[in-house]
Amino acid sequence: MSEDKITIEVDGQTFSANKGQMLIEVTDANDIYVPRFCYHNKLTIAANCRMCLVEVEKAPKALPACATPVMEGMKVKTKSKAAIAAQKAVMEFLLINHPLDCPICDQGGECELQDLAMGYGQDVSRYQERKRVVKDKNIGPLIQTDLTRCIHCTRCVRFGEEIAGLREMGATGRGENTQIGTYIEKSVTSEMSGNVIDLCPVGALTSKPFRYSARTWELVQKEAVAPHDSVGSNIHVHVKANKVKRVVPAINESINEVWLSDRDRFSYEAVNSEDRLNKPMVKDNGTWHEVDWETALEVVSNSLQVLIDSNDTEQIGAIASASSTLEELYLLQKYIRAIGSNNIDSRLKQSDFSDQDDAPAFPYLGQSIAEFDNLQATLLIGSNVRKEQPIINHRLRKAVLHGATVSVLNSVDYDFNFPVKAKTIVAPDMIPLELASILKAVIEISNRDVDTQIKQSIDKATADENHKAIAAQLLDADDAIVLLGNIASSHPQFSLLRSLAGLIAELSNSKLGYLSENANTSGAWLAGAVPHRLTGCKQTDAGMNTQEMLKARLKAYILMGVEPELDCYDSRIAREAMKNADFVVSLTAFRSDEMNEYADVLLPISVFTETSGTYINNEGTKQSFAGAVTPLAEARPAWKVLRVLGNYFELEGFDYQSSTDVLDEAMKQIGSIEGDNSSSWKLSGSINNSSNGLQRITETPMNMIDSISRRADSLQKTSDVSDGAIHINSALAEKNKLANDDSAKVEQDDNSVTLKVIIDERVADDCVLIQSAHPEQINLGASFGEIRIAKS
Amino acid sequence: MINNVKNYIQSLFLWELLKGLQLTGRYLFKRKITVQYPEEKTPQSHRFRGLHALRRYPNGEERCIACKLCEAVCPAVAITIESEPRDDGSRRTTRYDIDLTKCIFCGFCEESCPVDSIVETRIFEYHGENRDDLLMTKQKLLEVGDAVEAQIAEDRARDAFYR
Repeated sequence: MSEDKITIEVDGQTFSANKGQMLIEVTDANDIYVPRFCYHNKLTIAANCRMCLVEVEKAPKALPACATPVMEGMKVKTKSKAAIAAQKAVMEFLLINHPLDCPICDQGGECELQDLAMGYGQDVSRYQERKRVVKDKNIGPLIQTDLTRCIHCTRCVRFGEEIAGLREMGATGRGENTQIGTYIEKSVTSEMSGNVIDLCPVGALTSKPFRYSARTWELVQKEAVAPHDSVGSNIHVHVKANKVKRVVPAINESINEVWLSDRDRFSYEAVNSEDRLNKPMVKDNGTWHEVDWETALEVVSNSLQVLIDSNDTEQIGAIASASSTLEELYLLQKYIRAIGSNNIDSRLKQSDFSDQDDAPAFPYLGQSIAEFDNLQATLLIGSNVRKEQPIINHRLRKAVLHGATVSVLNSVDYDFNFPVKAKTIVAPDMIPLELASILKAVIEISNRDVDTQIKQSIDKATADENHKAIAAQLLDADDAIVLLGNIASSHPQFSLLRSLAGLIAELSNSKLGYLSENANTSGAWLAGAVPHRLTGCKQTDAGMNTQEMLKARLKAYILMGVEPELDCYDSRIAREAMKNADFVVSLTAFRSDEMNEYADVLLPISVFTETSGTYINNEGTKQSFAGAVTPLAEARPAWKVLRVLGNYFELEGFDYQSSTDVLDEAMKQIGSIEGDNSSSWKLSGSINNSSNGLQRITETPMNMIDSISRRADSLQKTSDVSDGAIHINSALAEKNKLANDDSAKVEQDDNSVTLKVIIDERVADDCVLIQSAHPEQINLGASFGEIRIAKS
Repeated sequence: MINNVKNYIQSLFLWELLKGLQLTGRYLFKRKITVQYPEEKTPQSHRFRGLHALRRYPNGEERCIACKLCEAVCPAVAITIESEPRDDGSRRTTRYDIDLTKCIFCGFCEESCPVDSIVETRIFEYHGENRDDLLMTKQKLLEVGDAVEAQIAEDRARDAFYR
């Protein structure tokens, strides 16, 4: 490709550049700074701020470096008299309407305009007329607007169009009267909207939760990993006086590029929430007492020792959140196995465990996150990827913009911010049939030989045009992937879905990937926080999984970072199991009324900003981080709590000095992390031919995913939270004579609650969508299954 | 030879001592310049840098907008500020402490203040009986400001020409 290389001269130095590159890309790559406001390397070129004007030989006027393609032999001067004069003139124009309110502006100290005004601005303004004033708009609970400060760089507008895929913001008016806004008064709903705060070069868009709480120069920047989705976005935690003040993205081109989802950006608010548990607490005859750590741990060890002594260790179950760090999960499983029980699980929302022995070492994404950019075809099964893994969705969107096709099979018609080629929305129990039909189409088109057993199993399925189109897309593409999302993994026939998806992938030469739910789902599998495998994927006598543990009503439960009634597949059984247990110890960062009722000991543990640890994301990347602040009050990192707990039981090998000791020991057993989802697929379970009555679907809204995000005040004000209502489409509503905002009696098994009705056309026919983790629906029960509704 | 004799005579008659006493005698009858503090006080410059104060606008609204420039510029790290949005949406301090045991009275805080809120007054007579007394809180600073606002305003007005 040498003919595509050209040489240009910038400030007397010669550089080689690619044809078609813009001048500013070359100067940036070679550390020559050209001032700019509107140019951003992830966005298209607008060239409307004119700050990057540079002098180009033989050009009559200064040219904008961001919109001038390089040419052979071009001679550029970025710091000549003419260039500086042009830049100073632009700065003077920009400052005409920009208020001089830096002292009360949150951007002050990290403001690009402020910085450049120091270099290019003049001391005294020649402008005597009135300045423009723009009324602030309320665009939601996350972003604060001060539009008088706007310099019309349109980065936020371009972000909306190009990255978020939602044209939520735009410019109205012309010239001085240009205004940035949402056209009509409304909240910005993008799951990545917080990024406009970083993009805005001035203080026009700033963070609402952070507003006025600190100045940027007071903050100390610490590295961390985002704890709310399986992507493992890199973040910077900004700390003042040992308090987390805000979170911003850290650049990692292979994972989150420069972006961050709102959930990861604003969840830090929960770190300083009033619900935080400050001291170990023990319940004595129904009243809670604050105690010291020794007393609390003694109570735990005494209570569990009784069960150990009576050989009842099978009656102890440990349920951990997969948002815990690798070290914590490793120690918890080591502890529970050392006292003689295999009852440990971190798969809270899963209900079908029948093929867990054939499962991969960890639910691998199927490829690296960066490889999503080059995809050509995708089949998304039961996934709301836009809200569940916003960064993966962003990558997927990039692929679609480059020509990839995405087909969707789900029970809810979720919005995507890219065009979807084929969409099939059916009730949950019909998803296997649809998949079987796609599989049949793949077999028919590809003419591949398959096992007769498999052929028989999918006999009932018929491949229609839609299925054939999806199959053809996968087959035609050189690089295709079949992805299983959260609704798929909590589906009552997950093993069937998995093998059908696996077969489709195998026969169409595609990859199979899991969009796992939590930050450390992969780590939990590898650490052995699953009942049937030890650390490093070694098979063992399977203990009880989460569902079995809850159904069996064990005598003692150890919870780590879990609120079972909100986090588990069957909220009712979870709550009953907790209330029925003789002894519940909860390692938790937060208190709740429910927990006060069922727990016997509460041990305060630290949250992600306060502990050192490691997450393994869904592509298998291991990322360690150190604590940004010291733990709140008497809270301690969970790995330390478990280590000391191990000592109380006089177990061997619990003498770690630091979390790296734990990590080293765990990694020695895990070995190298290599994702491999291939398997010898066999179809178990029956494929339903017709749907059985009314079906419940449960989704976990973006900001209800874990105990941290549920306590982040600003996130709870967004629309991505549980509304405690039933969502049904208008056909079903008509059938039951229900209207919007009616209250309906909802029955599941033998339990009934009264919930509000919301007409929601996204929901499949004869299905009822309920959002999980809402206190009003805990009594209902399992996330999927039959449900009845009636007007109340 | 002559010099030796001269020296001999001068030292015999205590010439040097008398010369010294002459000076003493002169000052003994001269007009006294000793300031009889605290009954008398020396005149102060309008730029005198004494005890700090936080000012208010005439309508009673505190001037400070919690920009924290004074905190940032303070070479002795004597200022501690915490802020949050007030109910009306404006940025206000919830804490404004000056530790007088650290303060070196350089006046940078006053120089940096964009709203002329933190000022150094002419007050130099204050004391503390324990450490806490020398920690000026927001409340104390506002009280100082309220007490001597007339003088503060006059001094700023006199200095305005040079700024």
